Amino acid sequence: MTATIEPQTGAIGRPIKRKEDARLLTGKTNWVDNIQLPGTLYVHYVRSSVAHARIVRVDTTAAKAADGVVAVYTGADFPEQAGSTCVWPVTDDIKMSHYPAICTDKVLYAGDVVAVVVATDKYLAADAGDLVDVDLEPLPAVVDMEEALKDGAPLVHEGFGTNHCYTATMPCGDYAAAKAKADVVVKRRFINQRLIPNTMEPRAVVAAPSVGMADEIAVWTSTQIPHVLRVVLALLTGVPENNIRVIAPDVGGGFGVKLQIYREEVLGLLLAKKLGRPVKWVETRSEHMVASHHGRDQIQDIEIAATSDGTILGVDVKLLADMGAYLQIITPGTPLLGMFMYSGIYKMEALNFECTGVYTNKTPTDAYRGAGRPEATFAIERIVDELAAELGMEPMELRKKNWIKHEEFPYTQIAGLTYDTGNYEAATARAMELFGYDELRAEQKARRESGDKVQLGLGISTFTEMCGLAPSRTLGALKYAAGGWEHCTIRALPTGKIELITGTSPHGQGHETAWSQIASDIIGVPVEDIEVVHGDTGRAPLGMDTYGSRSLAVGGQAIKVAGERLVEKAKLIAAHQLEVSPDDIEFKEGVYSVKGDPEKHKTLGEISWAAFAAHNVPDGVEPTLSGEATVDPQDFSYPHGTHLAAMEVDTETGKVTLRKYVAVDDCGVQVNPLIVEGQVHGGLAQGIAQALYEGALYDADGNLLTGSMGDYLLPSAADLPSFITDRTVTPSTTHPLGTKGIGEAGAIASTPAIINGIVDALRPLGVNDVFMPASPQNVWRAIQAAQGGAA
Amino acid sequence: MTHIDVTVDGITRHGDVEPRRLLVHWLREDLGLVGTTVGCDTSNCGACTVLVDGRSVKSCNMLAVQADGHEITTIQGLADGDEWHPVQKAFKECHGLQCGYCTPGMVMASVDLLSENPDPTEEEIRNGLEGNLCRCTGYHNIVKAVATAAAEMKGASA
Ligand code: FES
Ligand code: FES
Repeated sequence: MTATIEPQTGAIGRPIKRKEDARLLTGKTNWVDNIQLPGTLYVHYVRSSVAHARIVRVDTTAAKAADGVVAVYTGADFPEQAGSTCVWPVTDDIKMSHYPAICTDKVLYAGDVVAVVVATDKYLAADAGDLVDVDLEPLPAVVDMEEALKDGAPLVHEGFGTNHCYTATMPCGDYAAAKAKADVVVKRRFINQRLIPNTMEPRAVVAAPSVGMADEIAVWTSTQIPHVLRVVLALLTGVPENNIRVIAPDVGGGFGVKLQIYREEVLGLLLAKKLGRPVKWVETRSEHMVASHHGRDQIQDIEIAATSDGTILGVDVKLLADMGAYLQIITPGTPLLGMFMYSGIYKMEALNFECTGVYTNKTPTDAYRGAGRPEATFAIERIVDELAAELGMEPMELRKKNWIKHEEFPYTQIAGLTYDTGNYEAATARAMELFGYDELRAEQKARRESGDKVQLGLGISTFTEMCGLAPSRTLGALKYAAGGWEHCTIRALPTGKIELITGTSPHGQGHETAWSQIASDIIGVPVEDIEVVHGDTGRAPLGMDTYGSRSLAVGGQAIKVAGERLVEKAKLIAAHQLEVSPDDIEFKEGVYSVKGDPEKHKTLGEISWAAFAAHNVPDGVEPTLSGEATVDPQDFSYPHGTHLAAMEVDTETGKVTLRKYVAVDDCGVQVNPLIVEGQVHGGLAQGIAQALYEGALYDADGNLLTGSMGDYLLPSAADLPSFITDRTVTPSTTHPLGTKGIGEAGAIASTPAIINGIVDALRPLGVNDVFMPASPQNVWRAIQAAQGGAA
Repeated sequence: MTHIDVTVDGITRHGDVEPRRLLVHWLREDLGLVGTTVGCDTSNCGACTVLVDGRSVKSCNMLAVQADGHEITTIQGLADGDEWHPVQKAFKECHGLQCGYCTPGMVMASVDLLSENPDPTEEEIRNGLEGNLCRCTGYHNIVKAVATAAAEMKGASA
């Protein structure tokens, strides 16, 4: 099912096939691993096999003598590279860990780096890595967050004297007063398990002295954030920022895991500088499992207070968030991105939020598709279902009673965010219709009555999220180090072709196509004539990159303003050449004509050539034709939607089947509905995978048990159904194009829909929760526990 | 070093390879055919899928020496000049790719699937592509693309 597509006159709104596809479908790609520079040396990292240990000795003698080896380094060789890469110290008293490029005294998680080998060949580098003799004195590891906070627990960072990293609070309204008025209080503990992002392209870094440019080092890296990375690399290494060029070529997926400053990037730069030659490192998949950051990993204690008629009064949330061993770029801030979202789409008088970050001997956590908001949405959407069960109300009816009504927008919710627009009624009505909600409820009733061993559950998720981070001032108030603006330059080249330079950095989102569509409508040039330049600080110097569903929400605004500025300038030149006043110029579809006399006109091509030659431009107008804009968004963007899942659960085996999934999203104006739908599908798969398949497991010693694709269950086509999707369109009023973000919505909405469906199926058996992933074992155990059997 | 002669994308290639060299590394690094990608080290992801004598094979799971005397087609040799294979066309038409990293393998596996079963059901497509992982698309549009290509190819041969 696809969205109804209105006939469009412009390019915005059309499901145009992507420009990117031609190269991707014929193998003419430029992944970092494809970059092969003459004289390249290969980098291999020697990693700790244990979670926590003192480094007694790292003997590199044998490795240095091995075939093809150019250099072997340990932490002692890069003593200065032990700063923090975290840009978000969330509280004044947060204990900020360092993040060493190579460990010197201790290793803090299995996968931590103890040495680096550089050799003339990839295989030889790996062979020599095996010859590095690492003597580690194992220490007790701390794996569980609650254990970590107990007195006498082994310490990840001894200097802090505790594994407590920070506690952040946000009291909104008076929860105690709200609770005192309540007839019903429901409390649950949810475990939002640790996930491993697993982009299909592993990370990779190539760094090399730039040919012919005295001091420049170019760093090609599979990253979402070339611009931010350049700044941080300069700050960390002391290499002047103007000598660093960061390039994100074709990037094979991100999902947050490439929103990071990784040691392999820092060392890539330093090794290229030190050795004066190109160096290359490509992550193996097994390495990715331990060396790239993980996502989620929270223990959520949530309580909801309501009156007996189902009016929600307030929500109280206490989180424990696993930081892992080090704070990386936004490790401590990630759970707080959900802070404002624990009231979801509901009106209430109080929201009490507290989050405690905890260090453990595990891979650091950080942003993974949704970053904090999936966790929040999971908790609120789950607890609302539990409240409905407690009250004996139909869960959708309970939601309708409490959600913000269409006519109440703009609405300032309890955490202080002002949702500009939304229409939960419309999205829900459409979703229920596509789902066959009433028929499925009837079938559920029949199955319950007949005692069918396969029970049916209806899972609901009526969600919103805040994305498109964000007004720079708001980020500053939240103690985030950088801003939230985005940049675009649109240049009309002398020959009339258009170069659109964006600060966003795509990795599958189709920016080349969608940005061309926006610019096409504004400057009146065909989509094919616009070339989008991105992801290279040398060619696109200004930008804040791509994460948090911000590229269209924020970057789209910059394209619009840049395009309008270009048109304004073109009008001045056209007016001058046509010898009329600029007010007499009419602009339509790339042609600038004299009002009432369309025979007298100039095309954009003519004007751009005139601006280039500059023989005859008006006084006060500078030569060349371009428009530039750096735009700070007015607010976050608040997409929403209603997702419904029909779950069949075999009560004897615990086997779960996703029978039908309906997603109706509202992301405002859609620039390219084809791309929007693809984003929804991908998000759904990841959110459903959290609910049903994925989970990083550690043993008590801190060894990752799910360390390869054989053990960590990424769903294949055989594990997922086709989805039924549609959109309602409620344009944003705070974003000039009327757009909202869509990159994360599917991942945010779907996890609670699936689990709510499973619990709904099993409710008559007394089940009120099931651990994720809802594998047959976990579901079977939940049934056994509810039945009073051994779990 | 072992000498091998392999036809790759229609061209006979000769090489001297270490016995441990993986076919995918030979293709990518020795021949410079970097269209084929590598996504794992455990033969799970299928990104590296190529056709060997017309059948799909994970090229990370085969040694270069084993390819001696065989015929290999990669994503770079699938189109007939400028004319794309119907599977390539359908992937674009149906938006069956986002980042495109799984795409070379996914396309080659789909070509093999359709040569085995020209008229697959949705379930057969899903099961047939079980060895190829995609993290971006949720598979919905990939499945649609394969079905679209099947219809197209059937129409063309009818
Ligand atoms: S690279 Fe993953 S199966 Fe070959
Ligand atoms: S398109 Fe990105 S992994 Fe398939």
